Amino acid sequence: MTDTGMTPAADVANKKSSLSVLDARTRKRHAAETRFRMYGMTAIAVGLLFLVFLFASILRSGLPAFTQTVLEIEFTLTQEEFDTAESKMLKTGEYQKIFARALTEQLNASGLDVDFDKKAIKRIVGKPGGTIRRFFLENPDRIGSSVAFELAASSRVDGYFNGRVTRDSLVDSRFLMASDLDLVDALEKAGIVKSAFNWNFITGTDSGVDNPGGAGLGASVIGSFFMMLVVLFLALPIGVAASIYLEEFAPKNRWTDLIEVNISNLAAVPSIVFGILGLAVFIQFAGLPQSAPLVGGLVLTLMTLPTIIISTRAALAAVPPSIRDAALGLGASKMQSVFHHVLPLAMPGILTGTIIGLAQALGETAPLLLIGMVGYVAREYPEGVVSGFTDANSAMPAQIYTWASRADPGFYEKAWGGIIILLLFLITMNAIAVILRRRFERRW
Amino acid sequence: MPMTWLILMLAAIATVGYQMGRARALKSAGGDRRDLHSLPVYYGANVAMWSIVPAAAVLIVWILAQPLFINARVLETLPDTVTSEDSSIGLVMSDVRRVAHGLDTAVEQGAMTRAEAAAMDTQTSDIRARLGEVGVALGSSVSPEVLRGAQLYRTLNAASSILRTVIVLIIALGGAAYAYSKSTANFRARNTVERGVLALLIAAASVAILTTIGILFALLFNTVEFFKLYPAADFFFGTKWAPSFSGRGGASDLGVLPLLWGTFYISLIALLVAVPIGLFSAIYLSEYAGPKVRSVAKPLIEILAGIPTIVYGLFALLTVGPLLVSMFGKETLGWMQGGTAVMTAGLVMGIMLIPFVSSLSDDIINAVPQALRDGSYGLGATKSETIRQVILPAALPGIVGAILLAASRAIGETMIVVLGAGAAARLSLNPFEAMTTITAKIVSQLTGDADFASPEALVAFALGMTLFVLTLGLNVFALYIVRKYREQYD
Repeated sequence: MTDTGMTPAADVANKKSSLSVLDARTRKRHAAETRFRMYGMTAIAVGLLFLVFLFASILRSGLPAFTQTVLEIEFTLTQEEFDTAESKMLKTGEYQKIFARALTEQLNASGLDVDFDKKAIKRIVGKPGGTIRRFFLENPDRIGSSVAFELAASSRVDGYFNGRVTRDSLVDSRFLMASDLDLVDALEKAGIVKSAFNWNFITGTDSGVDNPGGAGLGASVIGSFFMMLVVLFLALPIGVAASIYLEEFAPKNRWTDLIEVNISNLAAVPSIVFGILGLAVFIQFAGLPQSAPLVGGLVLTLMTLPTIIISTRAALAAVPPSIRDAALGLGASKMQSVFHHVLPLAMPGILTGTIIGLAQALGETAPLLLIGMVGYVAREYPEGVVSGFTDANSAMPAQIYTWASRADPGFYEKAWGGIIILLLFLITMNAIAVILRRRFERRW
Repeated sequence: MPMTWLILMLAAIATVGYQMGRARALKSAGGDRRDLHSLPVYYGANVAMWSIVPAAAVLIVWILAQPLFINARVLETLPDTVTSEDSSIGLVMSDVRRVAHGLDTAVEQGAMTRAEAAAMDTQTSDIRARLGEVGVALGSSVSPEVLRGAQLYRTLNAASSILRTVIVLIIALGGAAYAYSKSTANFRARNTVERGVLALLIAAASVAILTTIGILFALLFNTVEFFKLYPAADFFFGTKWAPSFSGRGGASDLGVLPLLWGTFYISLIALLVAVPIGLFSAIYLSEYAGPKVRSVAKPLIEILAGIPTIVYGLFALLTVGPLLVSMFGKETLGWMQGGTAVMTAGLVMGIMLIPFVSSLSDDIINAVPQALRDGSYGLGATKSETIRQVILPAALPGIVGAILLAASRAIGETMIVVLGAGAAARLSLNPFEAMTTITAKIVSQLTGDADFASPEALVAFALGMTLFVLTLGLNVFALYIVRKYREQYD
């Protein structure tokens, strides 16, 4: 084009639009562009918001489970008092009275004067008499010296300290009266009632349905541990062997195709179906014990196998063929080249996949419901290694579910607390997997 | 524990065999390992393999077959009256087993002698009381037939265990001796061992097939049992779900339709939440976000996929449910009666599915070749126009596949619906009402106290079969769509 030809053309352009001034259509397109971009950002923001909301509610509701409100009371029981109490008909009642006297003394000593009756004590700490009597029967040498007792407060008092129960929301009942809260406040001022870290929640065993304060996750952590041992010692060797066969040796034939299709289908089978398999085959058909970590481990092994096989195959495929060729060239057999050279190089990837598979298995609940881990109340630790596998026990997620389905809202707090512990385990396992991958994985 | 001893003895035979086989091969080559066909370890491994593998195979088959055989023998001795009186043979057999187990415990604890346990009679002693002493509680008093069956059961079991130990040990020693005799310099030990290892690898790979067979066996067998007791037409087309747990046969209504409806409704809501959020996240992450945002946001969203479902279940029950009630409940709009509802479960399940949709779609969008984008930009299209008109159509089969996979996850999800959706089976359109799903009912029918032979418990297997077929169908369909409509760019 020439300059002379430009003038009329520019005129026309000027009349219609300029490059520096956007016409309506372009503006519309740009607005659409911005809108589209905003949708994307909103989607991400909503996703992250859910994540934050989820973790916030876990932490907010679960952290109180780690503290326990306790009454700390110190008093001396003389031999004389002990003998009198033991000679009475209602022995624990006598100890209750001794306890009440000690409580009054301690309150008076800190300059507070509050009236209370026996029933209020019962509502706040249950029946301390039994605990005190048991202690002195077991340690008769402590009679006559000063002993400090730490007694767990009832779940409502615990709730009052955690903010779950407030003066406004409290309805007078045989569990707690509004007037008791005055006593609790006074006791707190006197330093008798305080919050302590609840070790029993981490190490203890499950309590009955009416005692959320005494419930602990310890036994089910051990149950989960034994289950994970079964999964590790079955799923890792079987998974690795299967992957080696499929990746290195399998000829292209129908059988291999069948195996591959099966593995990818098993990865998509709902976990509850594995529970049905466990119930029908391992418990009904093979007669293995119900609720046993062994059965749970077997079911979870079958569930985890596809995960482990898929990641192991990826790790094996990532080892370059030149390694195999070099080994074969030096006279190694095919089997030797795989087991001496390929497998060690793929090991970090395999371990990473295994840990992630284990983490998945650790959090899985649905199959455990069907093999009877939910109806069982894990009151005891397993006695030994063998009974650890075969005796009925619970597992972490099953225990959480059990708590969540109990009527007392005090157990909800325990369930959230259990989730915090479960997530800590999962985060640790995943962190180990990430570190392994960063540290040892080789890029060829 | 005779079993543990047997295994330890097998291991001992293998270890000794290993050393001996290795020594013999070396000796036959005059101590010079260069004259051997294979490395010395292979001769040892060959003997160890021959001593363990056949013996272990026999042992496993024996363990599987023993209870079947003994059950059949004991059943033969029971008179027909006993088996026909009670509705099910399984109940009588479990009685027999329980009594036998009780006798075992009693002998173990020294409460009675072995001869006494074998000669006991219902006329002369009260079995239930005596077993109660050692802590074995029996539900009812023991009939003479069951006691005799239990005694026979014990004798057969003891005899079988001894026979098993002897035969397995003989096979192990025989295998070791055979392999030992062949351990000479010219024997191709490596090839034999490698063939054996390959067989083990194939066996390990076949576990996947065995698992599928196990699932099908468990589901099919019990489903057929169920349809013998309950008409199939009523199950598939019944619109009422009301199981009775009092053991009255036929009094229950076990129609699957309300459960199917609940399952689909909850999954639909979950997908309505997950698909837009997941898809737009994937688009933003793969097309707009810089590497920094991507490296932070992508793993964060994927955390949602790593959280166990029990956590989501609790989240639905205790956080989302009450929250929804406070928004739509009696005091505000009056739509919602309780915290457990289709909406609660669907919303939470949607959150769980976001990462499934987003990471699968992300991979698929990234797989669309850059040339398509460049071509579109070159024609003057904006970024969003390129995405909508070029990239999404190209990635559509993959995205549809991803959504179908997410749907199959939603249908099979258990914990969220068990805790968040409620227990009432109903056909309703109101998403704020409690409904229940197939998975939730499988759990409730199998965790109750119902007898396993009753239709109320067996229906769970029919439900499991339905679930298995549904999810499998969805997965196969997803794969089919991806394969059929995938664009090949290379």
